[in-house]
Amino acid sequence: MANKHVNAVVIGAGAGGGVVAKELATGGLTVVLIERGRWHTFDEHGDDELTSQRTFPLKCGYGPDNERNWRMAPDGKNGWIKVFPNQWSYGNNAACVGSGTVSYGAMAWRYQPVDFHLKTKYGAVQGSSLDDWPLSYDELESYYEKAEYEIGVAGDPTNDPYVPPRKKPYPMPAFSYNREGIILEKAAKRLGLHPFPIPMLRNSVRYNGRAACIHMRTCVGFACPVGAKAGTQNTVIPVALKTGNCELRINCMVSEIIVDDRGKAKGIKYFDADNKLQEQTSDLVVVSASASETARLLLNSKSKLFPNGAGNNNGWVGKNIQDHAYTGAYGLFEDEVYDDVGPGACIAINDFNHRFPDIIGGGVLCNEFIRMPFQFTSIRPSGSRMWGKDHKDFQKHNFKRHIAIHGPVQEMPVFDKMVEVDPVVRDFWGIPVARISGFRHDNDIKVGHFLADKAEVWLKEAGAIYIWQAVPGKESTPSQHQSGTCRMGNDPKTSVTNKYGQLHEIDNIFIADGSLHVNNGGYNPALTILALGYWVGGHITENWRGTKMK
Amino acid sequence: MINQSFSRREFVRLITGGTAAVLISFNTACKNKISQWRYLDEEEIGLLDAIVEQIIPTDDFPGGKWANVSNFIDKQLDTYYRKHQLAYREGLAAFDKTVILMKGKKFEDLPFDEQTAILENMEAGEFSGDYWNDHSPADFFDMIRQHSLQGFYGSPLHGGNRGYISYHMLGLDYPKVIGQNRYNDSSWSKYNPKSLENGK
Repeated sequence: MANKHVNAVVIGAGAGGGVVAKELATGGLTVVLIERGRWHTFDEHGDDELTSQRTFPLKCGYGPDNERNWRMAPDGKNGWIKVFPNQWSYGNNAACVGSGTVSYGAMAWRYQPVDFHLKTKYGAVQGSSLDDWPLSYDELESYYEKAEYEIGVAGDPTNDPYVPPRKKPYPMPAFSYNREGIILEKAAKRLGLHPFPIPMLRNSVRYNGRAACIHMRTCVGFACPVGAKAGTQNTVIPVALKTGNCELRINCMVSEIIVDDRGKAKGIKYFDADNKLQEQTSDLVVVSASASETARLLLNSKSKLFPNGAGNNNGWVGKNIQDHAYTGAYGLFEDEVYDDVGPGACIAINDFNHRFPDIIGGGVLCNEFIRMPFQFTSIRPSGSRMWGKDHKDFQKHNFKRHIAIHGPVQEMPVFDKMVEVDPVVRDFWGIPVARISGFRHDNDIKVGHFLADKAEVWLKEAGAIYIWQAVPGKESTPSQHQSGTCRMGNDPKTSVTNKYGQLHEIDNIFIADGSLHVNNGGYNPALTILALGYWVGGHITENWRGTKMK
Repeated sequence: MINQSFSRREFVRLITGGTAAVLISFNTACKNKISQWRYLDEEEIGLLDAIVEQIIPTDDFPGGKWANVSNFIDKQLDTYYRKHQLAYREGLAAFDKTVILMKGKKFEDLPFDEQTAILENMEAGEFSGDYWNDHSPADFFDMIRQHSLQGFYGSPLHGGNRGYISYHMLGLDYPKVIGQNRYNDSSWSKYNPKSLENGK
């Protein structure tokens, strides 16, 4: 039996798609929210480090699975090799209801106002496709606020002189510092810096019917056992389902957006939970499948007017993929600095973002989430012996005596850092797979060294007796912070969507995920993706009645 | 196909005889190779035990052997790491042969420090011989090293880290007791809506 026609299909139940589905369903549209993964709970996974979403030698606990999903990656010799989700060269983002928001660290950053017009601030950057967003911070501000209130953020910007302007306080009080945070706060103040608690999409007090945080050691990379960590799976998606307007279909892999000969989207084709090919027709399609998979889906949706994929006549779909060039330093201390109060990351400084004329961009610096025992085995100064007595002594002595400070360097967009579709290789369902290639811009490395130096100074002031830096290189495969592959812009020649996430070329296809980002900020992107979900979803519902879209 | 001319008795004799034959062959197989392991055999486990004990040696805390790291590896070779089966089978055999050629003894029978020196050679890629012409000794060593660390520090549910020994060693409570001293009022006292003035 054919599936009943709906107003909107939303592809991907992560940060962007979960919010859009809720906005549309509460706005009166009928919605099918389609997700290739399924529901996950803490009980299913526990605190097993080897199958978390942080370290995943055995598998990525929160998906996708190695059995049906693979990609191609450069082999370093001008060829390609097949890679699986639990390899770094795959560039994984979780595939489940809630996606990354189930297992993330939940930092709740707004980008800086200047992040929305970097080209105006810094001018053209050679070798980069840097541009201004068509959207300003002021336009997005109330959507950030909506995300902070509906999903739930704990924070306090009092001590951050560089906090982006905001109209309302955070809905929940900030978390207090753990022992690392207390040590680092004092040191930062002595250095004349401005430390403040990291805003978190995590309940510091009971909020929205969910419990307060119990400070698990295993937070980032894991589901929360009490639901204190807020994701779309325990906030907006249940609201969407409760309206009766939204149906969630899990274990369904979308293969193609159907675009007719007049250039309109008619719906989608997907493989259902039994791997049977199905069609779902709709008035409009919203793609929220993450920067890599959104691009892959558009590129795989070929039609008469769009032989290179939906909305891709200008060849910009899949280009400019970005992540963050994480940089920083590790410090060893004489005394124990570990107090087992999770998730660990709690303190930040904004002092080194956009404030130095010879440095383009920058990023926030934070103390890192708790490094679990296996993860810690790879944290060593270069040249260390990684096994035997040396290994064990280091592990025993320093596990509780080290602090990591790092920050997400804002990557300069590079046009040729991209997602393509492999011409030959297909996945389990027969869908052409993604392949990701390209190198970071030199500026990312330069800023990486700049910020790592600052991290080192901070650790030294805090009393570290031995410090080493960890600065990124040119090679990277964007994973959990992937963005930029369907950038928004005013010029249809150099962007994929308009400022509302609507494809320039097909007006009933929208994008709502990190793909829209023109650049990715010097911060974890989750809150911006959530805010863009409200922005795009709000635009659709406001313009629905009447209407040009129907 | 069962021929119609078979009498019922003949048929019964045939199938019971068949079963007996199967039982006998099963028995012989077991006698040759009684193994509690899933993929590796006793001899391979003996060698692997010596290697994992080098990766994580015993000191005032038990090492890789006691922590059942070989069991972890064997278990993964039957599940998540099926793709590494041949690498272990052929790599361990080649390693065994190489050591016997070098030292006239099996690796597991050598003194601890001599074992360490051999593994340092392997890590540095300094093995020679037919097998190592086509396979990187350094890669083989690094694979065992990685898997040993996973087995020692990962969850016991995967077969290693016996009794959460590595957590004891690091001073990590397991299970972590939720609710003890985790709450204080400082987060409340910081809450001050006026804080926004700074942000403007």
